[in-house]
Amino acid sequence: MPVPITLDFVLRQGAFTLTVEERIDAQVVALFGPSGCGKTSVLESIAGLRSPDRGVIRIGSRTLYDGAGGVDVPAHERNLGYVPQDLALFPHMSVRQNMRYGARASRDQEAGGPWEQILSLLELRPLLERGVGDLSGGERQRVAIGRALMASPLLLLLDEPLTALDGGLRARVLPYLERIKHELATPIVYVSHDAAEVAVMADWVVELERGRVVRSGPALGAQTAASLDFRRQTSEDELNDEVEDGRR
Amino acid sequence: MSVLDGAVVEVAWRTVSMAALATLVMLPPGIGLAWVLARRTFPGRALLETLVSLPLVMPPVATGLLLIWVFGRRSPVGGLLARLGLEVMFTWRAIVIAMAVMGLPLLVRAARAGFEHVDRRYEEIAATLGASPTRVFLTISLPLAKRSVLAGALLGFSRALGEFGATIMVAGALPSTRTIAVAIYSYTETGQEVAAATMVALSASIAFGALFLSNRLAASV
Repeated sequence: MPVPITLDFVLRQGAFTLTVEERIDAQVVALFGPSGCGKTSVLESIAGLRSPDRGVIRIGSRTLYDGAGGVDVPAHERNLGYVPQDLALFPHMSVRQNMRYGARASRDQEAGGPWEQILSLLELRPLLERGVGDLSGGERQRVAIGRALMASPLLLLLDEPLTALDGGLRARVLPYLERIKHELATPIVYVSHDAAEVAVMADWVVELERGRVVRSGPALGAQTAASLDFRRQTSEDELNDEVEDGRR
Repeated sequence: MSVLDGAVVEVAWRTVSMAALATLVMLPPGIGLAWVLARRTFPGRALLETLVSLPLVMPPVATGLLLIWVFGRRSPVGGLLARLGLEVMFTWRAIVIAMAVMGLPLLVRAARAGFEHVDRRYEEIAATLGASPTRVFLTISLPLAKRSVLAGALLGFSRALGEFGATIMVAGALPSTRTIAVAIYSYTETGQEVAAATMVALSASIAFGALFLSNRLAASV
């Protein structure tokens, strides 16, 4: 289900300034661009782990941040599912305890809520009693995504969910992401530097370079990959024009 | 010898139980201070850090005198406690307070290092999963720093066991308040060398055990 997302803020970190001015209506938004372009900072600003210097962050009708209005909802009250690149599975807990961590916070017990649905969707049941140290890369990824979904988030934030996986594993995890998109209908903001991945997942692509949006527009399936490669070679002026076009 | 044995057991029991109680007393403020120093920046942080460590380097008798000023009957705090029927000076309560104050810096140092070691990432992600700051502390920070906190508690306990200067100021060397350290001093003063040597052996073995355990815990962090 598409959801209106407003990302209109400025975040300064030392010499780096991130400027985003986007109003998007999509289910899966991909933030695309080379490493160091600010993709992760966008996710962390949405998640509430970083405070922008000014601007507005709004998901649907919920304002998470409004610099002028003095709104800055703390991370634990945002109800978003954030899966960071390093996954951050809690090392002192089993898979089950990790999964329950998200669920308990949203006051859903194992019996109710999305517990059963997510376990079958991500095929996590056989992993429940394991320690997080005994999981393969793909399993860790699925547990982290499952944990984030347990809290029934308004929005799922995925930071390079497939990057750490090799080719074979990537092909095995990607279908799970597509299932989340189609079966749970949870809106997703997805960070990637892989054009092919973006093409499969995204409805809308925001391309970042050195802290600025250089392109924003609907994803065009497989064509996107090729066009993104092409666009990267065009001049920056042209790109800026396209950004303007994309907004209209 | 049997009289001596009885006295040894009594003093040893008093010392160990008071030190254990002092450790329990120092744990909540110690863990709180350690976490605050590890995770928060605020004006006066350096001052707080120095204040907490002060008993490590100040002469213990000076700390003892400060405690008299705070808990003595003529002070507001001591006076209030006395009116509540809680006599502090020259009772077991004075021993516990002196031991806790002297052990606290060691607990705070070890526990603080433990909290600093906890990857902030886990705390941040727990928050995004809906955990309040209190819940993050109880379910993520504290369990992940557990070994350092325990190692620090044992260090504080060891320090409490050997406390002399502050204890003798606030609790004296009465038969009812005598700890191992104070007993060693009193026995030596009165020429009871065997009794003093027994106390030394006792104190060395208890301290050895506690320190050994503390080091093992700290090494496996």
